[in-house]
Amino acid sequence: MNERSERIIQHSAWRSHRTSEARAGGLSTRTIQGQKNLQDIRQASKDGIGGSPLRPDGTLKVKGEFAYSSDMWHEDMLWGMALRSPHPRANILSVDISDALKVPGVYAVLTHDDIPGTKYYGLEIQDQPALAIDKVRYHGEAIALVAADHPETARRAVKKIKVEYEVLTPIVTEEQCLNPEVYGYVHEPHEYKSHGSGNIVHSQKLVSGGGVTDEIRALADVIIKSDYEVGMQDQAFLGPESGLAVPAEDGGIDLYIATQWLHVDRQQMAPVLALPEEKVRLTLAGVGGAFGGREDLSMQIHACLLAQHTGKPVKIVYARDESFFGHVHRHPAKMTYEHGATRDGRLVFADARIVLDGGAYASASPAVVGNAASLGHGPYVIPNVRMEAIALYSNNPSCGAMRGFGAVQAAFAYESQMDKLAAALDMDPVELRQLNAMAEGDYMPTGQQIDSPAPVAELLQRVKDMPLPPPLDLDNLDIRQIPGALSNTSHGEGIVRGIGYSVGIKNVGFSEGFDDYSTARVRIEVIGGEPVAMVHTAMAEVGQGGVTVHAQIVRTELGVEQVTIHPANTEVGSAGSTSASRQTYMTGGAVKLAAEAVKQAVIDKGRRRYGWTQSDLTLIGGKVVSESQGALISVVDLLGDEAIDLTREHHHRPTVPFDKETGQGFGHVQYTFCANRAVVDVDVELGLVKVVELTAAQDVGRALNPLSVVGQIQGGCTQALGLAVMEEIIVKDGKVRNASFTDYLIPTILDTPPIPVDVLERPDPHAPYGLRGVGEAPTVSATPSIVAAIRAATGLALNRIPVRPEHLTDTL
Amino acid sequence: MRVTFTANGKPVEADDVWEGESLLYVLRERVGLPGSKNACEQGECGSCTVYLDGTPVCSCLVAAGQVQDREVRTVEGLAEENGELGLVQQAFIDAGAVQCGFCTPGLLVQTDALLETDAQPSDSDIREALSGNLCRCTGYEKIMDAVRLASARKCAKAASE
Repeated sequence: MNERSERIIQHSAWRSHRTSEARAGGLSTRTIQGQKNLQDIRQASKDGIGGSPLRPDGTLKVKGEFAYSSDMWHEDMLWGMALRSPHPRANILSVDISDALKVPGVYAVLTHDDIPGTKYYGLEIQDQPALAIDKVRYHGEAIALVAADHPETARRAVKKIKVEYEVLTPIVTEEQCLNPEVYGYVHEPHEYKSHGSGNIVHSQKLVSGGGVTDEIRALADVIIKSDYEVGMQDQAFLGPESGLAVPAEDGGIDLYIATQWLHVDRQQMAPVLALPEEKVRLTLAGVGGAFGGREDLSMQIHACLLAQHTGKPVKIVYARDESFFGHVHRHPAKMTYEHGATRDGRLVFADARIVLDGGAYASASPAVVGNAASLGHGPYVIPNVRMEAIALYSNNPSCGAMRGFGAVQAAFAYESQMDKLAAALDMDPVELRQLNAMAEGDYMPTGQQIDSPAPVAELLQRVKDMPLPPPLDLDNLDIRQIPGALSNTSHGEGIVRGIGYSVGIKNVGFSEGFDDYSTARVRIEVIGGEPVAMVHTAMAEVGQGGVTVHAQIVRTELGVEQVTIHPANTEVGSAGSTSASRQTYMTGGAVKLAAEAVKQAVIDKGRRRYGWTQSDLTLIGGKVVSESQGALISVVDLLGDEAIDLTREHHHRPTVPFDKETGQGFGHVQYTFCANRAVVDVDVELGLVKVVELTAAQDVGRALNPLSVVGQIQGGCTQALGLAVMEEIIVKDGKVRNASFTDYLIPTILDTPPIPVDVLERPDPHAPYGLRGVGEAPTVSATPSIVAAIRAATGLALNRIPVRPEHLTDTL
Repeated sequence: MRVTFTANGKPVEADDVWEGESLLYVLRERVGLPGSKNACEQGECGSCTVYLDGTPVCSCLVAAGQVQDREVRTVEGLAEENGELGLVQQAFIDAGAVQCGFCTPGLLVQTDALLETDAQPSDSDIREALSGNLCRCTGYEKIMDAVRLASARKCAKAASE
């Protein structure tokens, strides 16, 4: 046995000791493999922060051995499946499960009558029944559950459940939603606690400067007013909603799950399951992407209800069509924007109304509204501002979190406005933006001062200065490089090139007074003659690379090479959500605090034992080092058999809610900015678009892992490309028409261009290591640059996204 | 029904297979090879790509009965015989082409197949060859880097042999 494998075994033994209670009943091979995901995460690299060490989970992932939530397996397990409503709005007159129960191999069929606890849950407003009660409010709402010995058995049983509906006309348009006396209520008024009135989930107004009045309008030389529309985008993560619920001997439940926030899942689940939170134990299984779509519960409660009821482990895996019904989407938006500027291009005022369709249940709509209102005028200094953002309840699919969260829709509108203003003023669109760009020291329309770098003008300059891709060479054309031509639609005729620019703003972390703290536990001990550190958090690694960064932080702070990442679970305190670009800032910050505390404890141990008085002690290369006198002792000799194991919480600086009427308040933790330049080729005859290049420049404060930072920016840009030219859930009369990857298109490698990235590092003095959240800003900013480029190629107004071929050929 | 076939060089046997099961289901749920992924199960995403008698196929579109007596090679069979990572696997890690990793198994098999037929593909060739494999995390840039890296290493290895 070599030294390395010996260490792994020793460490595994320690971990199995830690988790033996939770494993009561024993899990078979495949679930154990789920633990292996993170047990094997250990690196010999010395790479600390600022380096780009390879992902600790990369080897398992390329070997096909990384256990995702849909890979979980237990020898006695049953398969769970939901019956979903074919109607967007209906009263349920009766549910007859008797035939379904008779199907051989069926172990349980459950309706809301079988829920042992509270029947409603929700992220912000508890308005969603775990299973429909007497009515359905959206197409695809779960009504009943089946547990069976095979997925096909479950499917057949689901078909045998008889539901008698009284089908009602769905409430789907803004006019219908805002006239409940005529069209009805999605939820009865005041049906829930802390609930909006009527069909409005939440609204937020904002006024700054003199607001927008006719007197203010008179100060502008040019006024641009337009309506804009954004379709409903899907997160389209590849790993479907899935997990395994295992009933435990203590009456509790162990759930292996793909989620973005273990603790808030548990908080919503426990009351429905009528269990105390400590008996609902969640362990993160492998997560196949998230992008906001896993913030809400999907199959968590359903699998646990079936496991409670049958006493057997239950696995649920959504098929792709069910996934489209099983999670919330990005809010579609209708927006009206009005901007006024002086002849020399200075913005005088901006006015906007943003109507977001929240769908049947509240999900994260209130926070999305807050972001839309506070960020919806972009990274610009505007002396007079007015804004109203509202989210509606409707019988459309529920909408909630998706990457860019409330800022994406508005960015399409305000950046389109900037281009129209520039055209009206005969100005360069980049210069107009730079002239009005906010910088450190300026104020948001909320009155919050920008108190860290905001290099908006510089980011725009950087994308503008990047070399352009060569023009199409029609004499030496690889037709695969032009729009649609892999299908031989053109040999270069009708192809027009366009270039567009944009910039966007996004907040980092949870806002409006929410304390989304993170917890981290760091342990150091000697294993196999070497100091080894372990990091334990509940952070959901969804692909972003947080586990890589945690190990880097610990290497930097503790001067050790070997870092193990403990499986993420609810045995440690909350890590908050893997969303809002916040995890490196928040849980990374917690890991830093815990590691600093461990470092101090190691040094203090030496001070007590050896009477050191130096003030310049630190840990480097496995030794306690005096920066002036050199190494004092190795950590191995100092620690001996003792382990130091400390847990710390990281809270960001406090924020406050926005004033309901004026929108004023120190509402956001941090801001982040990205600028883009898009180059597109358009086949103007067929309406086909090929994005040729999509350049990004983003300030990340400090890049803790440059490779991952670039990967985030490129991935974020590509989701923005999808929204610009292809991605939309088509909903007609409340019914989803394209719940598949055949009909809901996301960018392929052929649709996606080279994405050169220019990373700026302007440290934020308020943030750990000066870092700035990375993941969302490019998804906010990139879409409008692509649409601007298509406008430049076609001369069309294009006030709606996604831009489809029929919009370009006037064949709608 | 009973289905017997070769998976990654080893004979495997699955009993009580329902006729409607796909090869993907049999691999994942019956023979302990969950590496091939279930993202769409209708042949759109490529994450379930495996070799069937040497040809890359979407295993979700192959009925279990169709693989009787045939050879299947999955992502779990891409490593070298000594257990070290294969050249394509290593390149995906090194280039940062793996984020959530759900698309990775299919991309690895498809890339392996591409480089078997063309060790030095142009960028357009790579994009065409991988256009049936969806990735939602990376924006494909690092995947392009990974394929270029694997190609360069494969050519260097061939030159040194």
